[in-house]
Amino acid sequence: MKIHEYQGKEIFRRFGMPTPRGVPAFTVDEAVAAAQSLGGPVWVVKAQIHAGGRGKGGGVKLARSIDEVRKLSGEILGMQLVTHQTGPAGQKVRRLLIEEGADIRNELYVGMVVDRVTQRVCLMASSEGGMDIEQVAARTPEKIHKVFIDPDKGLTDAEADDVSRKIGIPEASLPAARTVLQGLYRAFDETDASLAEINPLVLTGDGRVIALDAKLNFDSNALFRHPEIVEMRDLDEEDPAEIAASKFDLSYISLDGDIGCLVNGAGLAMATMDTIKLYGGEPANFLDVGGGATAEKVTEAFKIMLKSPGLKAILVNIFGGIMKCDTIAEGIVAASKAVSLGVPLVVRMKGTNDDIGKKILADSGLPIITANNMAEAAEKVVAAAKKG
Amino acid sequence: MSILVNRNTKVITQGITGKTGQFHTRMCRDYANGQNCYVAGVNPKKAGENFEGIPIYASVREAKEATGATVSVIYVPPPFAAAAIDEAVDAGLDLVVCITEGIPVRDMVRTRHRMLGRKTLLLGPNCPGVITPDEIKIGIMPGHIHMKGRIGVMSRSGTLTYEAVGQLTELGLGQSTAVGIGGDPVNGLKHIDFLRMFNDDPDTDAVVMIGEIGGTDEETAALWAKDNMKKPVVGFIAGVTAPAGKRMGHAGAIISGGKGTAQEKLEIMEACGIKVTRNPAEMGTLLRSVL
Repeated sequence: MKIHEYQGKEIFRRFGMPTPRGVPAFTVDEAVAAAQSLGGPVWVVKAQIHAGGRGKGGGVKLARSIDEVRKLSGEILGMQLVTHQTGPAGQKVRRLLIEEGADIRNELYVGMVVDRVTQRVCLMASSEGGMDIEQVAARTPEKIHKVFIDPDKGLTDAEADDVSRKIGIPEASLPAARTVLQGLYRAFDETDASLAEINPLVLTGDGRVIALDAKLNFDSNALFRHPEIVEMRDLDEEDPAEIAASKFDLSYISLDGDIGCLVNGAGLAMATMDTIKLYGGEPANFLDVGGGATAEKVTEAFKIMLKSPGLKAILVNIFGGIMKCDTIAEGIVAASKAVSLGVPLVVRMKGTNDDIGKKILADSGLPIITANNMAEAAEKVVAAAKKG
Repeated sequence: MSILVNRNTKVITQGITGKTGQFHTRMCRDYANGQNCYVAGVNPKKAGENFEGIPIYASVREAKEATGATVSVIYVPPPFAAAAIDEAVDAGLDLVVCITEGIPVRDMVRTRHRMLGRKTLLLGPNCPGVITPDEIKIGIMPGHIHMKGRIGVMSRSGTLTYEAVGQLTELGLGQSTAVGIGGDPVNGLKHIDFLRMFNDDPDTDAVVMIGEIGGTDEETAALWAKDNMKKPVVGFIAGVTAPAGKRMGHAGAIISGGKGTAQEKLEIMEACGIKVTRNPAEMGTLLRSVL
């Protein structure tokens, strides 16, 4: 789960990390009131969307007067902000963060993820802040310093100071940097974050170290113990199809193609998408119905897929294990009757009771195209999509 | 022979009294030598009772002492599953198979840290388990699609493992052991560990290795295979079409920072002498071609 920058900063402050003073705003009037309450002489008007690259996309602007705050807020609120992370359609800006300006001496980068190889939380820090850190990592990997944190000890003073020196924090500011780095680890750990980034972390003219940005993602498997974080969820920032799917415990990702896929199991779902592509088609989605695909789930899945613009055909690929193919066939028949499909449906089912399942599909009188293996299924669905 | 488990393995079921635990314990007990393999369950509140004849103990340690079991399988719900692994590790079992899906990563970071220097091996979490056909089934895979034989199968994904096994069985190629590694980013045994085991197993002739996007486990295993593997390995990686930054169902299946793409994995595997296919419908025939 993702949250906005201003929410991330609220969490940072809870862990003692300094951030610029700021106030979120949902309207231009609120933005002006926020600027007045903060006091001048400069303010930063920041678009709040879940994607990165907001500055380059024109979503972060400096204002030198209250009038300018009003003007810029009016321009940014409601705009379709396009960044390298939003896709060409962009994301509509519905919230702003109005912040005091900062006296920036150095822009640094700090990030945190769980490293799969060491199975520890990894702190990454670089003197090259403010830029696209993936480019820094690709071009000059020696400029990214890493600490793999022992979960029993946390980030130690020595580790924090060492990495701070490597990214150019002066001796006098080491305690300030320690507050930020150790605070970030505690925030990451205690909120079950999956990713944290401060880009940039700034060293100010007077030697303070403050988080000018805040990006936090959370482990969705741990949200059950963080109701305070679930409350920060902003559904406007999420794909409506993915939200609808999650209500029925379906794992769904929208893609750009025209062939809908309904599969049990994440690996098989990816493999099915790959096979469609191999046979010259483009998948419209990733959809894992999980281990218990009931008629209700299949119906909901069909409904969600049918909303996908330009959908031309649907492929159902099920490997029945514990879940029996006849149960799924009944689900498909019920769902096809409940929802008028309007596009060709190709079904491949294999495993437990597949013969009974196939018979149910054949006897249903529905125009369902069946296939015996994944390759045949992909071939047939691609052909059906091209015809449509 | 086989790897990890065989007809003589004695298994404790943690979470035997829950709905999932009950269902799969029955299926496992009814498979091959399951009746003799499934010797104990654990539930502190129901110690002294039994589940359809399988005695229930208060703790893993007690169950181990009473039955001599060396392996446990976990169906405990996600908020308590990491603690269940810890308990099995503390009891000194040889192998823990954790089926539970949805364990917080932070819990697994701590559990894996606790396991450092301990002898217990962990399979999973979020995995289908391990099966040695006609001997023992530990987990949620459908037993009937398997056939005893000499091909090792390992995969990060459940149904994709079944797909590979189904293709092999259809071609008359039985399996020595099939394992599902699981789709979580922080887990136990990995591809490289199973390659080592299959390499050392005199009853395995060749291996199917199935991976997916995210992480570098397949690359690590491929590099090891290049210098050490004495048996043919064929591979498939799911997720060629997956876009970067989108999590494909499994918590570990995500391309981040340009790393962990299917293309990159396939290229490294090929460079290391592993025959790969980009068509998952051809995993079985590809394996047959290298025998």
